[in-house]
Amino acid sequence: MRDMSKIVKITALVVLAPLITFGLYIIAHGHLTPGGGFQGGVIIASCFALLFIAFGKQSKHMLNKELLSVAESLALFGFVFLALLGLRKSFLNNFLANSGAMFGASVPFGTKEAYINTAGTIPLMNILIGLEVSCALTIIMLLMLNEKVSKHAGK
Amino acid sequence: MKAAKIIFVIIFAYFLIACALLLRPFGSPTETTMDEYFIKNAQIETASNNVVASIVFDYRGLDTLGEATVLFAAVSGVILLFRGGVPK
Repeated sequence: MRDMSKIVKITALVVLAPLITFGLYIIAHGHLTPGGGFQGGVIIASCFALLFIAFGKQSKHMLNKELLSVAESLALFGFVFLALLGLRKSFLNNFLANSGAMFGASVPFGTKEAYINTAGTIPLMNILIGLEVSCALTIIMLLMLNEKVSKHAGK
Repeated sequence: MKAAKIIFVIIFAYFLIACALLLRPFGSPTETTMDEYFIKNAQIETASNNVVASIVFDYRGLDTLGEATVLFAAVSGVILLFRGGVPK
Protein backbone atom coordinates (compact mmCIF):
# COMPACT_ATOMS: atom_id res chain seq x y z
CA MET A 1 0.00 0.00 0.00
CA ARG A 2 1.49 3.35 -1.08
CA ASP A 3 1.76 6.27 1.31
CA MET A 4 0.28 9.64 0.48
CA SER A 5 1.86 13.07 0.11
CA LYS A 6 3.39 15.12 2.91
CA ILE A 7 0.33 17.42 3.12
CA VAL A 8 -2.01 14.50 3.77
CA LYS A 9 0.35 13.05 6.39
CA ILE A 10 0.65 16.32 8.34
CA THR A 11 -3.11 16.92 8.14
CA ALA A 12 -3.81 13.40 9.40
CA LEU A 13 -1.47 13.94 12.35
CA VAL A 14 -3.09 17.29 13.16
CA VAL A 15 -6.63 15.88 13.02
CA LEU A 16 -5.72 12.71 14.93
CA ALA A 17 -5.55 14.20 18.44
CA PRO A 18 -8.97 15.93 18.41
CA LEU A 19 -10.59 12.80 16.94
CA ILE A 20 -9.13 10.52 19.63
CA THR A 21 -10.21 13.03 22.28
CA PHE A 22 -13.72 12.98 20.87
CA GLY A 23 -13.75 9.16 21.04
CA LEU A 24 -12.58 9.23 24.65
CA TYR A 25 -15.29 11.79 25.45
CA ILE A 26 -17.97 9.54 23.94
CA ILE A 27 -16.69 6.61 26.02
CA ALA A 28 -16.40 8.55 29.29
CA HIS A 29 -19.89 10.08 29.00
CA GLY A 30 -21.59 6.82 28.01
CA HIS A 31 -23.88 6.87 31.04
CA LEU A 32 -24.96 10.51 30.52
CA THR A 33 -25.34 11.09 26.78
CA PRO A 34 -26.06 8.95 23.71
CA GLY A 35 -23.04 6.84 22.87
CA GLY A 36 -20.96 4.49 24.93
CA GLY A 37 -18.17 1.99 24.76
CA PHE A 38 -18.91 0.48 21.36
CA GLN A 39 -19.45 3.80 19.60
CA GLY A 40 -16.44 5.53 21.13
CA GLY A 41 -14.25 2.52 20.44
CA VAL A 42 -15.24 2.56 16.78
CA ILE A 43 -14.43 6.30 16.59
CA ILE A 44 -10.93 5.67 17.98
CA ALA A 45 -10.41 2.76 15.58
CA SER A 46 -11.43 5.00 12.66
CA CYS A 47 -8.71 7.49 13.74
CA PHE A 48 -6.15 4.71 13.31
CA ALA A 49 -7.72 3.86 9.93
CA LEU A 50 -7.00 7.47 8.90
CA LEU A 51 -3.41 7.02 10.06
CA PHE A 52 -3.02 3.79 8.06
CA ILE A 53 -4.46 5.33 4.89
CA ALA A 54 -2.22 8.41 5.12
CA PHE A 55 1.02 6.62 5.99
CA GLY A 56 0.67 3.35 4.10
CA LYS A 57 3.50 0.95 4.80
CA GLN A 58 5.22 3.32 7.23
CA SER A 59 2.38 2.79 9.71
CA LYS A 60 3.47 -0.84 10.16
CA HIS A 61 5.92 0.10 12.90
CA MET A 62 3.75 2.74 14.61
CA LEU A 63 1.58 0.33 16.57
CA ASN A 64 2.57 -2.82 18.41
CA LYS A 65 0.32 -5.72 17.42
CA GLU A 66 1.13 -7.81 20.48
CA LEU A 67 0.46 -4.90 22.86
CA LEU A 68 -2.94 -4.25 21.25
CA SER A 69 -3.81 -7.94 21.49
CA VAL A 70 -2.88 -8.07 25.19
CA ALA A 71 -4.88 -4.87 25.89
CA GLU A 72 -7.94 -6.30 24.17
CA SER A 73 -7.79 -9.56 26.09
CA LEU A 74 -7.24 -7.75 29.39
CA ALA A 75 -10.25 -5.48 28.73
CA LEU A 76 -12.54 -8.43 28.11
CA PHE A 77 -11.14 -10.20 31.19
CA GLY A 78 -11.77 -7.04 33.23
CA PHE A 79 -15.37 -6.93 32.04
CA VAL A 80 -15.99 -10.51 33.19
CA PHE A 81 -14.15 -9.82 36.47
CA LEU A 82 -16.30 -6.74 37.11
CA ALA A 83 -19.40 -8.80 36.36
CA LEU A 84 -18.25 -11.52 38.77
CA LEU A 85 -17.63 -8.97 41.55
CA GLY A 86 -21.39 -8.47 41.81
CA LEU A 87 -21.99 -12.16 42.45
CA ARG A 88 -23.10 -11.54 46.04
CA LYS A 89 -26.47 -10.70 44.52
CA SER A 90 -26.30 -11.83 40.88
CA PHE A 91 -24.00 -11.96 37.85
CA LEU A 92 -23.53 -8.46 36.34
CA ASN A 93 -25.11 -6.88 39.41
CA ASN A 94 -24.52 -3.10 39.60
CA PHE A 95 -23.05 -3.19 43.11
CA LEU A 96 -21.52 0.33 42.98
CA ALA A 97 -24.73 2.21 42.18
CA ASN A 98 -26.18 4.30 45.04
CA SER A 99 -23.39 3.06 47.33
CA GLY A 100 -21.68 6.44 47.86
CA ALA A 101 -18.29 5.08 46.78
CA MET A 102 -16.63 5.60 43.37
CA PHE A 103 -19.33 6.48 40.77
CA GLY A 104 -21.82 5.88 43.56
CA ALA A 105 -23.84 9.11 43.79
CA SER A 106 -27.58 8.60 43.51
CA VAL A 107 -29.79 10.29 40.93
CA PRO A 108 -33.28 11.73 41.48
CA PHE A 109 -36.11 10.78 39.15
CA GLY A 110 -36.75 13.18 36.28
CA THR A 111 -34.69 15.47 34.08
CA LYS A 112 -32.02 17.13 36.21
CA GLU A 113 -28.38 18.08 35.75
CA ALA A 114 -26.17 15.12 34.93
CA TYR A 115 -23.17 14.34 37.11
CA ILE A 116 -20.36 12.13 35.88
CA ASN A 117 -19.89 10.56 39.32
CA THR A 118 -22.99 8.36 38.99
CA ALA A 119 -24.17 5.02 37.56
CA GLY A 120 -21.96 2.55 39.45
CA THR A 121 -20.25 -0.04 37.28
CA ILE A 122 -21.68 1.29 33.99
CA PRO A 123 -18.88 3.85 33.29
CA LEU A 124 -16.20 1.30 34.20
CA MET A 125 -17.76 -1.23 31.82
CA ASN A 126 -17.99 1.49 29.15
CA ILE A 127 -14.26 2.17 29.45
CA LEU A 128 -13.38 -1.53 29.26
CA ILE A 129 -15.66 -2.16 26.26
CA GLY A 130 -14.27 0.93 24.53
CA LEU A 131 -10.71 -0.32 25.00
CA GLU A 132 -11.69 -3.76 23.74
CA VAL A 133 -13.53 -2.52 20.62
CA SER A 134 -10.87 0.01 19.60
CA CYS A 135 -8.03 -2.51 20.01
CA ALA A 136 -9.97 -5.24 18.18
CA LEU A 137 -10.79 -3.15 15.11
CA THR A 138 -7.25 -1.72 14.99
CA ILE A 139 -5.76 -5.23 15.05
CA ILE A 140 -8.05 -6.33 12.21
CA MET A 141 -7.05 -3.34 10.04
CA LEU A 142 -3.35 -3.71 10.89
CA LEU A 143 -3.32 -7.38 9.95
CA MET A 144 -5.32 -6.98 6.75
CA LEU A 145 -3.04 -4.16 5.55
CA ASN A 146 0.37 -5.60 6.35
CA GLU A 147 0.25 -9.38 6.59
CA LYS A 148 -0.19 -12.09 3.99
CA VAL A 149 -2.81 -14.81 4.18
CA SER A 150 -1.32 -17.97 5.58
CA LYS A 151 -0.37 -20.65 3.05
CA HIS A 152 -1.93 -23.22 5.33
CA ALA A 153 -5.29 -21.44 5.67
CA GLY A 154 -8.19 -23.68 4.85
CA LYS A 155 -6.28 -26.95 5.24
CA MET B 1 -43.53 -24.75 -13.32
CA LYS B 2 -44.33 -21.14 -14.14
CA ALA B 3 -47.87 -21.52 -12.78
CA ALA B 4 -46.45 -22.91 -9.51
CA LYS B 5 -44.19 -19.89 -9.16
CA ILE B 6 -47.09 -17.48 -9.74
CA ILE B 7 -49.24 -19.31 -7.20
CA PHE B 8 -46.39 -19.19 -4.66
CA VAL B 9 -45.97 -15.44 -5.17
CA ILE B 10 -49.71 -14.87 -4.74
CA ILE B 11 -49.83 -16.89 -1.50
CA PHE B 12 -46.74 -15.12 -0.18
CA ALA B 13 -48.19 -11.70 -1.03
CA TYR B 14 -51.47 -12.67 0.65
CA PHE B 15 -49.68 -13.44 3.91
CA LEU B 16 -47.58 -10.27 3.72
CA ILE B 17 -50.67 -8.09 3.17
CA ALA B 18 -52.55 -9.90 5.94
CA CYS B 19 -49.66 -9.27 8.36
CA ALA B 20 -49.49 -5.60 7.33
CA LEU B 21 -53.21 -5.18 7.96
CA LEU B 22 -53.02 -6.92 11.34
CA LEU B 23 -50.29 -4.57 12.66
CA ARG B 24 -51.23 -2.54 15.70
CA PRO B 25 -51.23 1.25 15.30
CA PHE B 26 -47.95 3.00 16.09
CA GLY B 27 -47.44 3.87 19.74
CA SER B 28 -49.83 1.38 21.30
CA PRO B 29 -48.04 -1.92 22.02
CA THR B 30 -49.82 -4.91 23.51
CA GLU B 31 -47.66 -5.34 26.61
CA THR B 32 -46.30 -2.21 28.33
CA THR B 33 -45.31 -3.65 31.72
CA MET B 34 -41.59 -3.86 30.91
CA ASP B 35 -41.30 -0.37 29.34
CA GLU B 36 -43.13 1.26 32.22
CA TYR B 37 -40.91 -0.51 34.74
CA PHE B 38 -37.76 0.72 32.96
CA ILE B 39 -39.04 4.28 32.59
CA LYS B 40 -40.07 4.49 36.25
CA ASN B 41 -37.25 2.63 38.00
CA ALA B 42 -34.15 2.50 35.78
CA GLN B 43 -32.97 6.00 36.68
CA ILE B 44 -33.20 5.38 40.43
CA GLU B 45 -32.08 1.74 40.55
CA THR B 46 -28.92 2.09 38.45
CA ALA B 47 -28.34 5.82 39.24
CA SER B 48 -27.78 6.44 35.52
CA ASN B 49 -29.30 9.34 33.62
CA ASN B 50 -29.07 7.42 30.32
CA VAL B 51 -31.70 4.69 30.49
CA VAL B 52 -30.38 3.05 27.31
CA ALA B 53 -26.95 2.65 28.93
CA SER B 54 -28.54 1.25 32.06
CA ILE B 55 -30.39 -1.38 30.01
CA VAL B 56 -27.38 -2.27 27.84
CA PHE B 57 -24.86 -2.55 30.69
CA ASP B 58 -27.01 -3.49 33.66
CA TYR B 59 -30.34 -5.16 32.94
CA ARG B 60 -29.08 -6.89 29.79
CA GLY B 61 -25.38 -6.97 30.57
CA LEU B 62 -25.14 -10.59 29.48
CA ASP B 63 -26.06 -9.50 25.96
CA THR B 64 -23.20 -6.97 25.95
CA LEU B 65 -20.82 -9.65 27.22
CA GLY B 66 -21.91 -11.84 24.28
CA GLU B 67 -21.28 -9.01 21.79
CA ALA B 68 -17.80 -8.38 23.18
CA THR B 69 -17.07 -12.10 23.01
CA VAL B 70 -18.21 -12.23 19.37
CA LEU B 71 -15.78 -9.40 18.56
CA PHE B 72 -13.00 -11.23 20.41
CA ALA B 73 -13.72 -14.41 18.43
CA ALA B 74 -13.65 -12.42 15.16
CA VAL B 75 -10.24 -10.97 16.01
CA SER B 76 -8.97 -14.45 16.90
CA GLY B 77 -10.15 -15.72 13.51
CA VAL B 78 -8.46 -12.87 11.64
CA ILE B 79 -5.20 -13.41 13.53
CA LEU B 80 -5.38 -17.11 12.68
CA LEU B 81 -5.99 -16.38 9.00
CA PHE B 82 -3.18 -13.79 8.69
CA ARG B 83 -0.58 -15.60 10.79
CA GLY B 84 1.86 -15.77 7.87
CA GLY B 85 3.95 -18.72 6.76
CA VAL B 86 5.02 -21.53 9.04
CA PRO B 87 8.63 -21.00 10.26
CA LYS B 88 11.05 -23.72 9.19
